[in-house]
Order: sequence, then structure tokens, then C-alpha cells
Amino acid sequence: MTTAPGDLPEDAIRAICAGFGNDRHRMLDILLGVQARQCWISPAAMETIAAATGLTRIAVEGVASFYSFLSLSPKGRVPIRLCDDIVDRFAGLDAVAAAFEAELGIRVGQTTPDGAVSLELTPCIGMCDQAPAAMVGDLVATRLTPDRARALARALRQGLSPTEALVADHDRLSPLARAKAQVEDNIRQAGEVLLGAVPLDAGIAAARAMTPAAIIDAVETSGLRGCGGAGFTTGRKWRLAASAPDDHRVVICNADEGEPGTFKDRVLLTDRADLVIEGMAICARAIGGREGILYLRGEYVYLRDHLQDALAVARARGVLGDGFDIRIQLGAGAYVCGEEGALISSCEGLPGEPKTRPPFPVTRGYLGHPTVVNNVETFAHVARILDRGPDWFRAMGTDKSRGTKLFSVSGDCARPGVYELPWGLTLRELLALAGGEDAAAVQVGGPSGTMVGRDGFDRRLGYEDLATGGAVIVFSPRRNILEIVDYYLSFFVHESCGYCTPCRVGNVFLKKAVEKFRKGQADEADIAYLKELSATIIETSRCGLGMTSPNPVLTSLENLPLVWAAVTRPRKDGLKATFDIQAAIEGGRRIARRRSYIFDRDFSE
Amino acid sequence: MTRPRVATVSLAGCFGCHMAFLDMDERLVTLMARVEFDRSPLTDLKTFTRRCDIGIIEGGCCNEENVHTLIEFRRNCDVLIALGQCAIMGGLPAMRNAIMHADDPLRECLEEAYLTGPYLRNLTRHVPNDPALPLILDKVYPCSDIVDIDIQIPGCAPSGDIIFDTLTALLDGTFHGFDRARLRFD
Repeated sequence: MTTAPGDLPEDAIRAICAGFGNDRHRMLDILLGVQARQCWISPAAMETIAAATGLTRIAVEGVASFYSFLSLSPKGRVPIRLCDDIVDRFAGLDAVAAAFEAELGIRVGQTTPDGAVSLELTPCIGMCDQAPAAMVGDLVATRLTPDRARALARALRQGLSPTEALVADHDRLSPLARAKAQVEDNIRQAGEVLLGAVPLDAGIAAARAMTPAAIIDAVETSGLRGCGGAGFTTGRKWRLAASAPDDHRVVICNADEGEPGTFKDRVLLTDRADLVIEGMAICARAIGGREGILYLRGEYVYLRDHLQDALAVARARGVLGDGFDIRIQLGAGAYVCGEEGALISSCEGLPGEPKTRPPFPVTRGYLGHPTVVNNVETFAHVARILDRGPDWFRAMGTDKSRGTKLFSVSGDCARPGVYELPWGLTLRELLALAGGEDAAAVQVGGPSGTMVGRDGFDRRLGYEDLATGGAVIVFSPRRNILEIVDYYLSFFVHESCGYCTPCRVGNVFLKKAVEKFRKGQADEADIAYLKELSATIIETSRCGLGMTSPNPVLTSLENLPLVWAAVTRPRKDGLKATFDIQAAIEGGRRIARRRSYIFDRDFSE
Repeated sequence: MTRPRVATVSLAGCFGCHMAFLDMDERLVTLMARVEFDRSPLTDLKTFTRRCDIGIIEGGCCNEENVHTLIEFRRNCDVLIALGQCAIMGGLPAMRNAIMHADDPLRECLEEAYLTGPYLRNLTRHVPNDPALPLILDKVYPCSDIVDIDIQIPGCAPSGDIIFDTLTALLDGTFHGFDRARLRFD
């Protein structure tokens, strides 16, 4: 099929391209525009876009095929994307999916015949504290039940828009109120720095009275480290970018909060958008930034209007302007774009593939300019540090982990949500706050982090021991640890960009090896194989995805060894448990229309 | 003292590895002085007479009889050697594994081999299905997919030299893997 009924005329596609200045670096925006209007990226559209932007068609297709929210076959006008995270699965995703399927008369992966609705699965959409959740078009539906799913499906089939179906009184609400009507904040613990009372524009006002060098000194003195997970010292990153020889420097806010189980940036973008924008403006002042980009993950598109409002207000108040402004770059469903090189590629209109390092983004980043990429929370912290002074921030937390941290707690606990706490508390203390004391295991830092068993609950959160970008996922004793590990590997298999072989192929092998354990076919040699393969993937992968993807296997082997030992069986007969002779001869038996003389029982005896 | 016993078999292979075995030429006499051959095409013994020290497998498994034989070898031999690429990786017969995207790959494979292939002369117009024929497997398996293999001697076919040297080292108790230079085939 090369055309679909709702396809746009060529002029309309050219107009979308012209709206972005026929700029090939805005390819993702152009494609998202086309996807929104005609529900797929048709071959004809790719030809037109290629001609308008001066690219080859294959280059356009390379981008279009990379992102999971862009589709190369016609999709429904309202795509329903059910969040397929492990937390959602445990919260009843299956029943919700079945309800949608029954009411819509389609299976997951299909589109209704009238082209109204399509149903698919997507990895974590950042709503683990209110699972099961789903994206409905550009909106979000949370705390789904089979009943709610059926009602929603009925409303959509009757022709209601997602907004009409999900948000009451939507036309009287501000974009912020609309966002809040869809998604709860679930702020369980407001700390001193970010979620407590915060004065407006105090940080930028202080920064204006300081020299750029003094701002960087203050950020460095505060001990602030990047809050996305890697924990690079923010002040040093800024200093490197400021000293790179170029007139044009770029400030990027990484709001591609893709690590499953993380949703603290969602809350900051909702309730502290002004603080984040302020932090970016302070960074621009410190490093001489001329251009700002807020990279918003596609799953958070429901916050876009609110953030546009916040940017407009910031311009009106003079936080932005004066040679620095921020645009929103919307992502399109690719976890790997949270990696800074891939994020920059994505902003440049390319497939979201990591870049070779060095050069690091601080010297050659977005379009070759020195670029600072920081997490949402990092920028918000910066604004507060400038307001209250580095010593105030430094006094909180621990030696290597200063200040407070937002923890996104989800899974099997009574009070899932966001907790702002000083670094250095024990996991047990956090579990007590969240009502997850009976946990059997906790995944700290999401799939790429550490799985901790009960005997590790006195470990401290911080860069000294348990580093985390914020995700803390609680698993009760009822959960199957190997199912969780298996799920996380399937997540990495899905999200690997495919550029390098160790990650693209290695993770598939690793998942197969774990499946062997789940089937009870593994022996001691398979444990050694898991470790060896993991080491190879970590050592030879190109970016952080492959360098951390074996972590669910390695950390559960280390911290929950009995779980693995329980399904490991020694073999004495020298035969491989994975080989199933009955399955292997079934096809031959069917074609020959006779039984096996060797492996079928002879009933005549 | 009894001499160590050696058994050999050719599964889904071409007998080339057994030919290579004979390529050790006059050193066969040296080897024969040190070992006794049990079940093997060289002795024409079809079953094990007693437990063996070394079992040598040529070829992978393409049918149920291959599987049965391989398991018998595993049960009756202390050290099992996969000799040559077919035993190690499936080799040439495993090319049929590439027919995997069809709706019914096995049927398509048999039909191309016996009915529709362009270079065929099959006057019966049937896929052979004598009751004496073992059932074909869904794909060709390397030996290590089915049983534990202790040593793999690579090559297609492995040279007489590497076979002789490996067996000699094994008998002397001095085998510790292959010299890298021996594993070059270009």
C-alpha cells in the first residue's frame, strides 16, 4: 500500500516543511507534523520531504523508521499506546489490554477498520506511580481498569477526541490544569530545595549580579552532580563548555526521562517549569549560551502546551530573551535519546544514535557547537543554588552526593510517588516512607541500575554506594525476579539503536540465556556464560545503553543469588536440556504421516 | 594393560572427515599400536562392544537416527570429539536451515529437493517416505546443541596432521587446546 485514504496532498506536506524553514535539522518536527496529520509517514510524503529539505529519500526514511512514534504504515487517528512496563504488567495491564481489545474489536498491534483507533504497546511512559497507564493520542490516561478502558474505547469509537474523552471541562482549563487533570503529581515528600516553597526568579536575579565565572564557581562549589544518573559534576561540565572556543554555545535540557520507573522530571516539568527554565537561563549566562533546547520525550507531549506557556511567561518576565531563547524539541519514543549524544543527534534531525566520543558535547555538540546537556532536575537545582548560595546546598546530603534528590518510588508500595530527600538515606528508610517495608527486592536506578535484595536494604542512596537517577521500583515477595530481569532485557533489546553489534546482538543472546533459566534448563555453566557475555557487552558497547544493559542480570546474580540457584540444575547425563527431540521431529512426523520408531512409544508392546 | 578404545561415526556429514582420518597415512600404524577401535565404519561394528575412552563424531544431526546415535556415543564415551565443521556448526547440511521464513519450511525444503528443484530427475515424483527412513528433524543441529562436546577439531575437513596430533596428545595426557597457528585455514 503506498497511499491511504487520509493522506495529505503534496502541498500540505510542503507547507509543513516550510513551517520549519525546510530545515533538515528539524526533520523530527517535520515528520511528527506529518504523522499527526495523516497518521503515517507515507512513501510519497518522504519523497516530498526529501525534496523540500534537500536530502535523499533514504535519509528521511532512516529518521522515520528509527522512532517508534513515527509509523511507516497507516495507523489510527487516535493511537492508544498501552504502557508495557513491568510495573504496569503487575498492576493489571493484561486485563486492561483485553478490555480495550474486546471493546475495539482489534488485537494489540492492529487498527480499527474505520481507521479511528489503533492499539499498541510501548515501554514505560513515566506513569509508574499511577499504573496501568496509556497514551491516548497526545494525552495520558492513568489508573486504568478494565471498566475504564471499555468506557474510554466506547467514547473514542463514538468519535470523541481524546481530550473530550479524558478531560472534563477541557475548554475552560489552562494547559497546566489540563495536564493535572490527566496525571496526578503524587508528591509525597516535599524537600527544601525543589518541591517546597520556591521564590520566583530569585536564582536568575542573583546570577545577573554575578560574572559568568562566578556562577560556574558557585555551581562547582555546591557539589551539584548531574541528576540524570551518570552524576558528572555540573560545574566542571559548564567550565569545559565555557572554555571551548566558539561564539555559539548551546544549552540543552534533557527531559527525555526514559529510564523505566522514573517520573520525577514529569513532576518538575509540571510544577516547577519556571525553575527549570530559570536554571537553563542561568547556564546560558554562565557559559555564554546563545541557543536553548528543551528535549521533551514524546510520551510527555501532554505537557507541551503547558511548557510553551511557561516559556512565554519566562520571555515576558525577561528570564529569556537578551540573546538566549529556548525551543521545545519533541522526541518520538526512543529510550536511547536520553543518552546525550543520541539526544543531540535527535535534535539535529538525525536518527537518535549516540555519537563517537571524544569529542565530547561540551567541545563539539549540537551542530558542532559546544553544548551543555543537563537533566531537568539539575537545572532546577542550579536555580535554587544561585538563590540560596552553594554552601546551603553543600550542607545537605553526603560527601560525594550533595543536596537533595528526587526519588520516583513505584511498584509494590502503599504510597508510590515522588520523594525529595537529602542524599544518603538508606533504602530501608525510603521504603518505610513509601510503605514498602515487605519488599523482597528493589530496583534502584531503573533497569540500568542495581537490583538489591533484603540484605542490602541498609545500603545508602548516593554516589558512594547506590547511585540512581531517581527510579526506585519496589517488588514484593510475590514477584518473580527472573520475570523482571527477563522483562528488562526485552526492554533493552527493543531500545537498542542497533548501531553496534555487542548491544544489538549481545542483549538478544543474554535474554535467551535468561529464558533458559526460566524454563529450568540451565546448569552452572550457564551462570558463567551470563557473566562472560555480560562482561563482553559492557566492555565493547558504544554507549551507555549497552554498558549498563546487563546490569539487571549481574546485580541480581550478585544480590539475589538464591533466585538463580533455585532454577539451576546440575546435569549428569551430558545431554542438553534445551534440545527437545519431540519438537524437532514433529514437522517430519507430520509430513511423513508416521510415528518415530526411535522416540515414539510403541503401543503394540 | 588394555589399550584405550576409540569409536567413530559419521552422522550428517560427507565422510570427508573419515577420509581425512586416513590422511594420517603411515601414522595410522602408530595410532593402531596405541588404541583399539570399537564401533566405527573402519571396523564395521554397528554397536558398542564396551565403554570407550574416545568417541569421534563427524557431521551434525539432520534426522532422528543421528540424534539417537549421538546420544549413544555420549553415554558410551568418556571424551567426545566433534570432528570438522558439520559436527561443530552444522556445516553444509545446515544450509537448509536458511529456509526459515516460509510458512512450512520443512515441506518447502523437501519439495525443492525432490520435486520442484530445477536440476532434478525424480521419476517417482514423490518425496521418499519409506518406513525404514528415519524422520527428518526441523533443522540441522550441531552436535553441541544436543550433547556436551569435550573437544572440537575444526576444519573442512581437518587435516590428517591435526587429527593425529590431537589424538596423540590426548593419549599422552598433554592436550591443552590448539596452537593458534594450526587454526589458520587460509
